[in-house]
Amino acid sequence: MKLIELQRRMAADLMRPLTRNDNLSSKVKAAEYVAPNDRLTSHERLEIYSRSYWYRVLDSLYDDFPGLRAILGDEAFHKLSLAYLTAHPSSSFTMRNLGCSLEEWLRSRRQYTGGRHALALDMVRLEWAHIQAFDGPSSKPLEPEDLLELSPDLRMSLQPYITLLDVHHPVDDLRIRVSRNPDVHGAASNAVTAPHHRATKRRTVARRKSPMFIAVHRFDESVYYRRIEPEAFRILTALQRGESIGTALDAGFEDQASVAKWFAMWAELGWLCKHDAVNSQGSVHEITGPCG
Amino acid sequence: MPANPFNGFTEYGVGIGLRIPHYRHIFERHPVVDWFEIISENFMVDGGRPLAVLDQILERYRVVQHGVSMYFGSAEKLNRDHLRRLKALVKRTKTPWLTDHLCWGSVDGRYSHDLLPMPYTFEATRITARKIREARDYLEVPIAVENVSSYAEFHVSQMTEWEFLNEVAERADCGILLDVNNIYVSSRNHNFDPFEYLNSVPASRVAQIHIAGHSKFEKYILDTHDHPVIDPVWRLYDQAIRRCGPTATLLEWDDRIPSFDEVHTEARKAKKFLPAEVSV
Repeated sequence: MKLIELQRRMAADLMRPLTRNDNLSSKVKAAEYVAPNDRLTSHERLEIYSRSYWYRVLDSLYDDFPGLRAILGDEAFHKLSLAYLTAHPSSSFTMRNLGCSLEEWLRSRRQYTGGRHALALDMVRLEWAHIQAFDGPSSKPLEPEDLLELSPDLRMSLQPYITLLDVHHPVDDLRIRVSRNPDVHGAASNAVTAPHHRATKRRTVARRKSPMFIAVHRFDESVYYRRIEPEAFRILTALQRGESIGTALDAGFEDQASVAKWFAMWAELGWLCKHDAVNSQGSVHEITGPCG
Repeated sequence: MPANPFNGFTEYGVGIGLRIPHYRHIFERHPVVDWFEIISENFMVDGGRPLAVLDQILERYRVVQHGVSMYFGSAEKLNRDHLRRLKALVKRTKTPWLTDHLCWGSVDGRYSHDLLPMPYTFEATRITARKIREARDYLEVPIAVENVSSYAEFHVSQMTEWEFLNEVAERADCGILLDVNNIYVSSRNHNFDPFEYLNSVPASRVAQIHIAGHSKFEKYILDTHDHPVIDPVWRLYDQAIRRCGPTATLLEWDDRIPSFDEVHTEARKAKKFLPAEVSV
């Protein structure tokens, strides 16, 4: 058996979902390529790796989406995770990107959200934005003097780690309530003996009639959710698209005083950067896609 | 004075892994530590807190990079994006050497995030050695490959694990990160003499040594890095130092991580096996 054939076969076998009792499926014919020893059959030896794989990726998703877990409850979240990871096994060297396709996958799978589909989707968007804000790329922020030369034709952009969200549920408040330690990422161990079993209290929040707008950003290396006005959202979205200041203000102009206040605040938070800077830096996500 | 062509850092002493639960202790108390080993992948990000933390560490400490996802043994080509990120990190840390595992973990672009065992075949030695050479040439830093713990063997294997390790290291002309705990774990799982393994490894290629604890189950041992080092592993370490001379040593403790002082104290036990002039 060639190396590539063995690796394809073993990967397919160990990534096959475990049985209800966390065992390797009896359909796997491990004895055809894994040698037994005097204590373990070929099947049992491969099972060690299969369990380790599933415990590891399930734990990673469990840690990255505590808000979604709180909305669905542990059992439903586990079912969703299993289905999602079966459909979307990791395609990145880092488990940080495991949830990159979750929103798109979940959008058409209402059976996993127990009547809370819109809330679940809002939360997934917030939690993926949180991951991006935690360790996404940054550009040199504009200095106050840069803002003195604002002209309608000037283009600026937002820090690439910022995500602007329009949601119908106060998922920011909910996420803060359920989050135990949101910034712990990347603990390194390749040895996994058991899945984490922590009871999650199921929670919900009411849908709002009008959308609310949130900027997920970071400041002093911590992630924050900042609610913003609808007009501010429209201006920031236009800037993020690369529109000129003039076009952006047309999109969301309210009154001169508000706009001046917003720009001052955004500059203070380091949100604004030169348009060219973002383009020339080119985040990895732009090059390889969010799952790369 | 280098102990061998792959070990130019005989004065490095004993380091510990940089882990999140210890950040506060390190930044508040600035403990004296010979060096920290970082998991490269934890810092191969575009920005944010991980890199800010790393830059603070680099201001005070020596850092050596240890990877978990290069997958030299995977049949597919090296991931160029991965290499680009790794090289950026190498420039940032100025790591004097870089290590990763003699294993595979991805195929057709799907990642297991595990250190999967190799079939010990000549075909695998050729593929693995070629990838190590390519990585070293691109990264421009010495590479040492680590023997992994394993729980399975393959019918197609044509040699022992230590013969495979030696063949790959020879073909790639690279260093070896000798994990004596992994030798012990695999020796119990596969019924071989760990000293036969240890004594077969060319001392002239050993660049670094790992020590760690593990977990015993009824029918096998798992490399969990969540316990102190046991005496049989210390005996292997003693023999490794006798054969290789002073060698940079690292205690791995990755799960159920105790206090910084407890981890550091466990690591410092290695001092009694090292010549007196090597600081700890």
